[in-house]
Amino acid sequence: MVSRGVFYFVTAILFVAGLLMMVYQHVTYEVPWLPGQARDLWNIEAKIEFEPAGNAPVDVRFALPAVQPGLVQVKQTTSSLGYGVDYVNRNGSNYVEWTKRDVSGPQVLYYRADFLIDNEASQSSMKVPPLRESVEPEPYGTAIREIADTAMAHSADPFSFASQVIRELQKPSESNSLLLNQYSRSSLVVRILQSAKIHAREIGVVQLENYRRHRPLQSRVAVFSGNKYQIFDPATGMSGLRSGKAREVIWTDNGNPLLNITGAQAAKTRSGQSARVTFTMMHHRISSIRAGMLKAGVDKASGAEFIPLSISSLPIDEQAIFKMFLLLPVGILIVVFLRIIVGVKTSGTFMPVLIAMSFLQTDLVVGLIGFVAIIGIGLVIRSWLSHLNLLLIARISAVIIVVISILGTVSVLSYKFGLTVGLKVTFFPMIILSWTIERMSIVWEEEGYHEVLKQGAGSIFVAVCGYLAMNSLTVQHLTSNFLGLQLVILSLILVMGNYTGFRLTELKRFKPLAFQIRKYPNGDQKEEEHSRLKRERDELKGDPHNVYRKWKQQAQQSLKDLGEETGEDGAPGESNGSKDHKSGSSK
Amino acid sequence: MKLHLPRILTRYANPFTMADDGIMGMNTRNISYIGRYNKRHLFPLVDNKLLTKRIAVAHHVATTKLIGTVQNQHDVQNVLDIIGDYHEFCIKPAQGSGGKGILVIKDRNAQNGHFIKSSGEEINNHDLRRHLTNILAGLFSLGGRQDFALIEELIHFDNVFSGFSYDGVPDTRVIVFQGFPIMCMMRLSTSASDGKANLHQGAVGVGICVRTGRAVRAVQFNEPIEFHPDTDRRLSELTVPHWRQVLELAASCYEMSGLGYIGTDIVLDRDKGPMLLELNARPGLAIQICNNAGLLPRLKLIEALTKRQRLTVPERVEFSMEHFGVWMKGAEA
Repeated sequence: MVSRGVFYFVTAILFVAGLLMMVYQHVTYEVPWLPGQARDLWNIEAKIEFEPAGNAPVDVRFALPAVQPGLVQVKQTTSSLGYGVDYVNRNGSNYVEWTKRDVSGPQVLYYRADFLIDNEASQSSMKVPPLRESVEPEPYGTAIREIADTAMAHSADPFSFASQVIRELQKPSESNSLLLNQYSRSSLVVRILQSAKIHAREIGVVQLENYRRHRPLQSRVAVFSGNKYQIFDPATGMSGLRSGKAREVIWTDNGNPLLNITGAQAAKTRSGQSARVTFTMMHHRISSIRAGMLKAGVDKASGAEFIPLSISSLPIDEQAIFKMFLLLPVGILIVVFLRIIVGVKTSGTFMPVLIAMSFLQTDLVVGLIGFVAIIGIGLVIRSWLSHLNLLLIARISAVIIVVISILGTVSVLSYKFGLTVGLKVTFFPMIILSWTIERMSIVWEEEGYHEVLKQGAGSIFVAVCGYLAMNSLTVQHLTSNFLGLQLVILSLILVMGNYTGFRLTELKRFKPLAFQIRKYPNGDQKEEEHSRLKRERDELKGDPHNVYRKWKQQAQQSLKDLGEETGEDGAPGESNGSKDHKSGSSK
Repeated sequence: MKLHLPRILTRYANPFTMADDGIMGMNTRNISYIGRYNKRHLFPLVDNKLLTKRIAVAHHVATTKLIGTVQNQHDVQNVLDIIGDYHEFCIKPAQGSGGKGILVIKDRNAQNGHFIKSSGEEINNHDLRRHLTNILAGLFSLGGRQDFALIEELIHFDNVFSGFSYDGVPDTRVIVFQGFPIMCMMRLSTSASDGKANLHQGAVGVGICVRTGRAVRAVQFNEPIEFHPDTDRRLSELTVPHWRQVLELAASCYEMSGLGYIGTDIVLDRDKGPMLLELNARPGLAIQICNNAGLLPRLKLIEALTKRQRLTVPERVEFSMEHFGVWMKGAEA
């Protein structure tokens, strides 16, 4: 027998290991503890169109989206027929580089990125730009200084200054239209901010709107205050990236060009425009489990090793079967609890779990009606079979066929009447039902119908408890996503298997005893038996050797005395204290 | 809801008080006693009455004499040869439960050779054979397993118990732990229990004092009673004769079976004295209710007795009588 210490050690290890596996999965794959949390995924496809003049080698460099808070790029792919593709880093910015020696005609290149909305993402590739000393030619310099001075008077920090500048520029005035003719609105804002010694930069963003096609990159202004920055829309003055449905993704954040084509100087599209980049985007709601997998895939690509502790790495078909298997321990845990701790009587140890599993397929009410009906009809037919004095195997086989006929009849009848729910009874495990009928009919014969009702009700109670637990979305989510949970359940079952306390039903069963043992002493005992025996035990433990010898000698002495008074009936101790000790029983 | 809660609670005992009184629950019995002291491979010895009988004979433990066994359908045809000259005998399934399938033949009709049952009804050879076939088919055995039949000599019950039982003659159950008799009881059938000795069906349980073999108290449906509900006999007058012999027989079943925690069922034959009827490796807990005492303090005392294996059977019995008797010995200590 394994010592208790080792047992509890092993159980604790199982428990902790299971918990750690669950936490690991929660952290690495971001599998949420509760189901029902979906994540937002955006596919953004950039389409690059250009037409090189003449046959020349082409080197297309397209800026990759920036790393930014609130978004995690989980995937990127390119589609470009005949081009060599490379991901490169130039001057602190990442690019995808397409190269081809012989290019002619209109060219289309695709770059696709998948973004996961992730509020915990906080990394950013944005760097504070240096201040540029630039002297604007007149009359623009004066106009810029005027706006800067007005804005300065109405602002407290770089951010409020920026919004004041944008507001000033929105006013219809002669100097504003002069400036806006010379500069683009965003570069004008940056120039004004720079002239006021505020770090600012033009950035390119893509607005995320579902099913939008061919959207251009839009200009925004990033305004810095120390290490912090805010993004402003130079046209509206809106501060911060828009959240909600119209989110924006920062694509270029270091002043780097979005697209750079070398070797095809006169790269124009057919319509005469220069090379063009447009974005198409699509929104998906994906399960947080898949999102976690995607995210972990990104980390994996960057070198981290993960063990997939989830069945989602299996093919879909196998997953469905496995999910059922993984639910079973939950039902078993409930059976163990109800039998060991509560003391519910069931017919067959795990029959209730299997019935609960079939309830999962049929629905509770249909399942219950079907179960009771089949067992009831089965018992009636089985009672007739028992008159035939069949051998066990033949009897069980007969019951199985009877159960099949009942299932078939119910299905056919209910289908005829247009009740498709009736068809679901075929989910019941036939062999288990047959054994249940067999066992119950034996109990009926041996212990009466009371016991059958008790066990039947107990079984149904346990099955319903199991069904309620296994039908819970939370439980299904936990079992199918956290394999570590199985270890935790195992350790709980092991611990319960060691429970030596009273069952709940025993508290009721022994209630009269517990009451009487205190109220009515046996015979004329003056000390309660348990305390007398405890005293004797303590005496023995205090001095095992001598007390044992004393008691042994006592026993031997009485035996010797008994031998001397031969002819006596052999009831010793009758001489001393045979006063009416039975009076207690009639109290 | 608030009003009902206390009323529900009164139906349940306080588990801490129960533990304090040493009342043993099912889980403790299974883990700490049956699981720890009863080796699994020894269970068939007690579940199969034929095996029990064999080891009893080998260990010179008094048990009813076996006339013969019927193990297959072929033997059924030869049953008259097996029975031979016996006029009274008893046929029982080897793995039967709850006294089912036991056929008691108390005489044979001299003219036609018919068998006379204890009820006085006569059955012929054909009926006897059919009963044996039923036993072989497992009609009376636990879970309907195939079984075989034992033909035993009839026990002539001691008259001391007449009037204490509604139907049949009761046997004495002694719980034996490590060879020490721990607690005893008798189950008396009543009309309420339909002649069955099953306590929760209404049989009367009588706790028997380990020291004297006298009734301690009697309970029916968990409540103390004074008189047998059918025969109106005063239950406190119940005394098991040859008490020391009964206990020694029970105690010797430990060496015989090797099982540390057993229930022994003992019958008293008018002429041959106490005889072992059967053993039970999973004795029930209702004996505590009949004795108005918990099993645990007694079991723990034996467990604390580290050198218990050195004691002989009479010494162990004497020890149990000394310590587990019902009334105090304060006067002589």
